[in-house]
Formats: sequence, structure tokens, C-alpha cells
Amino acid sequence: MHNSPIATANHEAHENPALLHHFATEEQQKNAASLGMWIFLVTEIMFFGGMFCAYLVYRYWYFGDFGTASSSLDLTLGTVNTVVLICSSLTVAMAVRCAQVGKQKAIVVYLLLTIVLGLAFLGIKAIEYKQKFDENHVPGLAGFHLEGHIPRHPDIPVNQQHAQIYFSLYFAMTGMHALHMIIGVGLFTYLAYKASKGVYRPGYYTPLENGGLYWHFVDIVWIYLFPLLYLIDRHP
Amino acid sequence: MSEHISPVKLYVTIWLALLVGTGLTVYAATVDLGAFNPIVALAIATTKAVLVVLFFMHVKYAHERLTKMVIVTAIFFFLILLGLSMADYGTRLWT
Amino acid sequence: MATAVLETGERETYLNKEYGIKSWLLTVDHKRIALLYLMGITFFFFIGGFFALLIRLELLTPAGDLVQADTYNKLFTMHGQVMIFFFLIPAVPAVLGNFLIPIMIGAKDLAFPRINLLSWYIYIIGGMLMLYTILNGGVDTGWTFYVPLSTEFLKTQVVTAALAVFISGFSSILTGLNFIVTIHRMRAPGMTWNRLPLFVWAHYATSIIQVLGTPVVAIAIALVALERVFHLGIFNPSLGGDPLLFQHLFWFYSHPAVYIMILPGMGIISEIVCCFSRKRIFGYKAMALALVGIAVVGFLVWAHHMFVAGISLYAALIFSILSYFVAVPSAIKVFNWTSTMYKGSITYQTPMLYAFGFIGLFTMGGLTGLFLAALGVDVHVTDTYFVVAHFHYIMVGGMVMAYLGGMHFWWPKISGRMYPEGWGRLAALLVFAGFNLTFFPQFILGYLGMPRRYWDYSHSPEFQILNVLSTAGATILAVGYLLPMVYFLWSMRYGKPAPDNPWNAAGLEWTIPSPPSTFNFDEQPVVTWEAYNYDEIEKEVPVAQ
Repeated sequence: MHNSPIATANHEAHENPALLHHFATEEQQKNAASLGMWIFLVTEIMFFGGMFCAYLVYRYWYFGDFGTASSSLDLTLGTVNTVVLICSSLTVAMAVRCAQVGKQKAIVVYLLLTIVLGLAFLGIKAIEYKQKFDENHVPGLAGFHLEGHIPRHPDIPVNQQHAQIYFSLYFAMTGMHALHMIIGVGLFTYLAYKASKGVYRPGYYTPLENGGLYWHFVDIVWIYLFPLLYLIDRHP
Repeated sequence: MSEHISPVKLYVTIWLALLVGTGLTVYAATVDLGAFNPIVALAIATTKAVLVVLFFMHVKYAHERLTKMVIVTAIFFFLILLGLSMADYGTRLWT
Repeated sequence: MATAVLETGERETYLNKEYGIKSWLLTVDHKRIALLYLMGITFFFFIGGFFALLIRLELLTPAGDLVQADTYNKLFTMHGQVMIFFFLIPAVPAVLGNFLIPIMIGAKDLAFPRINLLSWYIYIIGGMLMLYTILNGGVDTGWTFYVPLSTEFLKTQVVTAALAVFISGFSSILTGLNFIVTIHRMRAPGMTWNRLPLFVWAHYATSIIQVLGTPVVAIAIALVALERVFHLGIFNPSLGGDPLLFQHLFWFYSHPAVYIMILPGMGIISEIVCCFSRKRIFGYKAMALALVGIAVVGFLVWAHHMFVAGISLYAALIFSILSYFVAVPSAIKVFNWTSTMYKGSITYQTPMLYAFGFIGLFTMGGLTGLFLAALGVDVHVTDTYFVVAHFHYIMVGGMVMAYLGGMHFWWPKISGRMYPEGWGRLAALLVFAGFNLTFFPQFILGYLGMPRRYWDYSHSPEFQILNVLSTAGATILAVGYLLPMVYFLWSMRYGKPAPDNPWNAAGLEWTIPSPPSTFNFDEQPVVTWEAYNYDEIEKEVPVAQ
């Protein structure tokens, strides 16, 4: 009886207000939260997966038109954004590490850096979107027109309808990604606030770690989106 | 509860590898590799993703096999979605 | 084993611990959340049933004389959407699963109680949006939202209906996530995977489907809404888009969704059959593996809904063969339930009557699914009443009967009261008779060629007699459904107080009082026995002292 999880739990509960009543131990709580976050990421994989499936089908069907449309995206901005996100994954990993080793102030610094990088990504994305609007590359709007021809076939102009499908996918996929970035920035603002109150320490940094998992996942989605959207057919 | 703490050097190395991968994929896109262009692009992207999963998301140091099983399951069903859909699209023009 | 006692002298239960609407709307107790869900799904069952009634009334005569064609389209659309998304998918997991899973594994609550409550609120918000859709002109896309009808040609409330379904999907995802983590992390000491009740295994398999499949239909529906609102033409044929792509994404979820609906029911049947045969389940491992097998293989067969839609013949062949494979684990379950009953000591209480009904009707529904999986037959009967009969045999003859069986089986535990057994049996028989009279004629109608979703069949007036039989059956079925609602409510005040274990059943839920106290167990149980230990049940004290 004295070693039962319930007895242990009652003892721990007095010591640790972060332990919720229905868990027996902190470790059980942490393992539950981690597994929960991983399963949530599974749902996200399948959610984006539907759009990747749509992308695969249409790229298979309209490879030439997709190549032309892809080349109309600003490669520099896209590459910069990729670098920005990769840096933000580093800062997130560092933030979690600081919690693991007890560097409380550094956690906040790294989280703020992450937020700044996230906002930079969103800002650059906004510029890219504006470019698309200015160039009349927005599907569904009257006046859509994509200049150019199929790569290596100067006699075949790009098909305007198929190009609209490309841009529909572009906006849907990067839009959904950006939405997840916005949520991530909000999440990290909350985590930074909590970190500034000293909540995260070597014994307890689960929300930070799970927030990090979310952020890394959004980064991975971009790691795939970048070559699939920007680099379809960029060679002569 | 012993959590693995990765050294800073490891994180920086992975970060650099990701940047190199990014540069590589941009460069490879400018070279005509024929049918291999998409394969190379996806291979580089997957390598980057694996690095993020294993080291930034700590899956390499996960206590349980469950974590890896969860990831593998998701990827498996994602590939089923793509694969069986392409079983239709890829064969539509067969007579 | 007495728990806390209130000032009135009553034992404290999860029902009397706190009164007042706030204590219910802000509860994190999985048992109260289960009852909140019960109210929701019962409400939507009535709404869906109301649409069914109108459909069957229209079909009494060959002419389309009750409603207009467009209205009829709305009736079967909303019947389908309400029944599937707001009744069938949540019913067993969110009511019985929520209530029982923590208790069955020896835990105080689910892993994430607040997410559980959030799930319910999301479900209600989705439901309110569905109600708004219904009250503002309705939607007539068919429950399947096929494009380009839904994206381009209809002026009805497509976007709100799509949003309602999209939102309710998140409720389903969160419930599944909660169950998976709970079953992995919250099992009591000694409750190994091999000792879990099959009810728990069933919900584990269901949750895997919910987590993997629902996001895909979410994105499919979101893309339809985006196409309608922002003209993003992903499925637009005039842009070179493929309407079949929508169908692929839609059915990738919606086929496994039918397993979301049936697997929990199968879990219930295992519990009931063992209890009322006084026997262990035959082939526990096979049963558990079959549940997971159905979940996995169920993801490989979706395009059998698209055989005549325009997919390639080669894809159709692949999906046809895979659809035959998915029948195997289901068949294993039917054989094992039957083997469990063999040489068992069978009694015919209400839950067992529903279980018998389930086994027979699910078998028929499942076998007719194989008819449909055969390409040649499918070409003949697809989009006819044969398909309608097939899926109603599984969903109504199977799933709803399992749900009712489970509600009767665990009602004493949930409410602390016994329902009146005589009325229970009468209702079960009425449901069985009414069900068969409603849906068996539809197999014949479909085979004879009556198309589904037609509001007028005056080109074939010879179909009328079968339609009349079907409508007559539907009224009997309705009475059979109303009876339990009446006597369950009656029993909450006038029913006999229930003992801890009125059925002498195996399982941790029967070791605690009826109704349970808020935290389920006084002391965490330590499990040293196998599931369904009916051969030991009189000799061993279930909870370690």
C-alpha cells in the first residue's frame, strides 16, 4: 500500500502543483503529453498529406505547366525563407536545451529569437503573396495570366488553366503552412511569457519540448514545400 | 527520468548540414539531371527532414520504440494515400 | 469499499457530487462528458431520424408528390450527414468509450480530461452549424459533397455544411488522440495489453483510424469550401482539375470511417457475448488482432466506392481484391463470437438479444459488401437500393443495435438503475423486426434496379409494394427506438437501484459501485487476472486489498 502509485501520487501532489490529479507520477504525465503531441503531429502529417496528394496528381498530369509556373516564384525569397526556418529550428532546439541545463534567461532569449525568425518568415511570405497579386498570378481572379512557355519548348505557351491549378495549390499549401506558422508564433509567445516567469527548469519543460516538436514539424513541411513548389524545373 | 541532453556542437552541426542541403538542392535544380531532378530534390529534402526528426526532435534518443512506430505508421499511411491514388492516375491511360 | 458520503447520507457519486449547469458544462469528469455527449447524439439521432421519416413517406408512392425534387435531395443529404457525422461516428466512442475506458483500464480519468471537454464543445459547435444549415435552406449535395456539384452548381448552404463537418472532425480526432494516449499510458499495474477487454482494443483500433483518416477528409472538405469561396480551382474540370481527386481524398477517410462506426460496436458485442454465455472469448488474440487488422486493411480499399466513377480498370481490380481481404478479419470475429457461445450457458437478457441481432445482421451486411466488391456485380447494383440496404444493415442492423445493446448492458453502471427488462426485450424484438422489414425489401429493390437518391420512381410503379413494406418497417423501427428513450428516462427515477454487478460480469467496471464515484476507484486496482475470467468469477475477489 505504501508503495502504490496512489500513495506516491498524493505525496508528489503536495510537492508539485504541476502534477495533475489523474496522473500517478510526473513521469506518467510527461510521457502522456509527449505521446499526445506526437499523435497530434500524425494528424498534421495526414492533413498536409491530402494536399501533397493533390499536388502529386497534378504535377504528374501537367508537368510542363507546373514547371513554368514554379519558375515564376521568387527563388531568392524562397531560399531565404528556408534558411530562416532552419535557423528558427536551431533556436528552438537551443531553447529546449537551455531548459534542460537550467539556463532560465537564455530560454527566453532563444524563444524570442524563434518568434522573430517566424515573423520574418511570415513577412517574406506576405511580400511573395503581394508579388503574385501584382503579377496577376492569383487563381480565381479575373485577369489571371501567366507569361511564358513550357520549359525547353518555346513554341508551346503555358496552359493558363493548368497554371491556375498550380497557383491554387501554391496558395492552399503555403497558406495552410503560414496559418500553422502564425499559430506557432502565438504558441511560442505564450511559452516565452511562461519562461520569463521561470516556469521551465530541468525537471519540467514538457510544454517547451512539445512546442518545439510542433515547430520542427512545421519546418519539415516547408523543407518539402520549398523544392516541390519552387524548384520544379529551373534548369535550361 | 533521464533525458538525453545534446551538446551544442551537435545542434550547430545539424544546422550547418541543413543549410548545406538547402544550397545543394537549389544548385541541383539548375542542373539538367533529366528524370533524376525530382528524385534528387526529394532525397535531399528527406535527408534534411530525417536530420530534424532524429536530432532536433530527439527521436534518436527516444526511450521507447513507440515514438518511432508512431512516425513510421504516419508515413506508411501517407504513402498509401499517395501510392494507391497513383495506382489510379498512373494507369488511367493504359488500354 | 465505501467512498465519500454526502451530508444527506447518500454515497457520493459522479452524479450527485455537484449540481447545477456550471458543474456539467465545465466538468472534466469523463463520465459527465459521456452524458453530455449522450444528450447531443440523441438529439441528432432524432433529427436524422426525422429526415428518414420524410424520405420513407415520399417513397410510399411512385410519384414525387410529397416534396419537390430539390427538397428530396436535401432530405437524403441531411439524413446522411447528420446520422453519420453527428450520431454514428461519435455515438459509441464518445458515450460508452468515454465513460468506460478509464474504468476498464483502472484509471481515474482519460489522459487529457480538458481536451475531452474541448472535444465535446467542438462537437456542439459543429452541430450548431449543422442546425444552422438545416434551418437556412439545407444542403443538397448528397452526404458525399461530390464536386463539381458542390463547388459550382448549387446555391444551397454548402459552405456551412462543409464547415460543420470539418469542425466535428476535430472533435473526432481529439477523442481518438485522447483514447490512444490513455490506453498506452494510464493502464493500472498488471493491466497488460493481453488482459485488456476487447472493448478497449476496439476503441484503440477505432482511434487509430480517427487520427489517421479524419485529417484527410478535413482537407478535402476545406478545399471544397475554398473553391466555393475563393475560386481556388483544384477540382474544377474546366481548369483541368479532376473531380475524382476529391473522391479519392473523401473516400480515403470515409471508408475507414465506416470502421470507426463498427469497431466500437464489435467491442461491445464481445463484452456482451462473453457475459451472457458465461465464457471467455474464443480466440482473444485473434479477436484483438482482427480489430487492428480491420483498421489497417480498411485504409487500403477506399476506391471501391468509385468503381463506376471513372477510375482506371487496373486500379479497380486492385481495390476489389483488397476489399475482399478486409472481410477476413470481420469474418474471424463472427466465427469467434459464435464459438464463444458454443457450449456456453446462454441467457437472453436485452443486451444479448441485441448481440444476436448484431451478429446476424452484421454478417448479412458484410457479405453483401462482398457482392459489391465484385466488379461485375457492382456495375449492376451501384447507386441502387442494394447499396443503401448493404450499408444500413451494417450501420443500423450492426452499429445501432450494438449501441443499444451496450446502453442496456451498462445502463445500470451509468445511472445506478435497472431498466425494465420486459420492455427492453420487447423493444429489442421490435427493432429487429422493424429493421428487417425496412431494409430487406431494399436489397430486392436495388437488385431489380431502383436507383438511390431518386424522389420519383413512377417509371417503375411495380416497386411500390416493396417501398410500402419498407416504410411500414420504418415505423415499427421508430417505435422500437422510442421505447428505450422512454423507459431509460423512466428508470432514472423509478427504476430498481442497481447493484455493483447486476450481470455478474467480468471487467473492472463491475467492481465499483453503480453509479461510480467521481474518481472511479478508491484504490488503484492491481490486475492479476485475464480478461473474461468467467471460469473464476465466483471464486476470486476482483480488487486487491
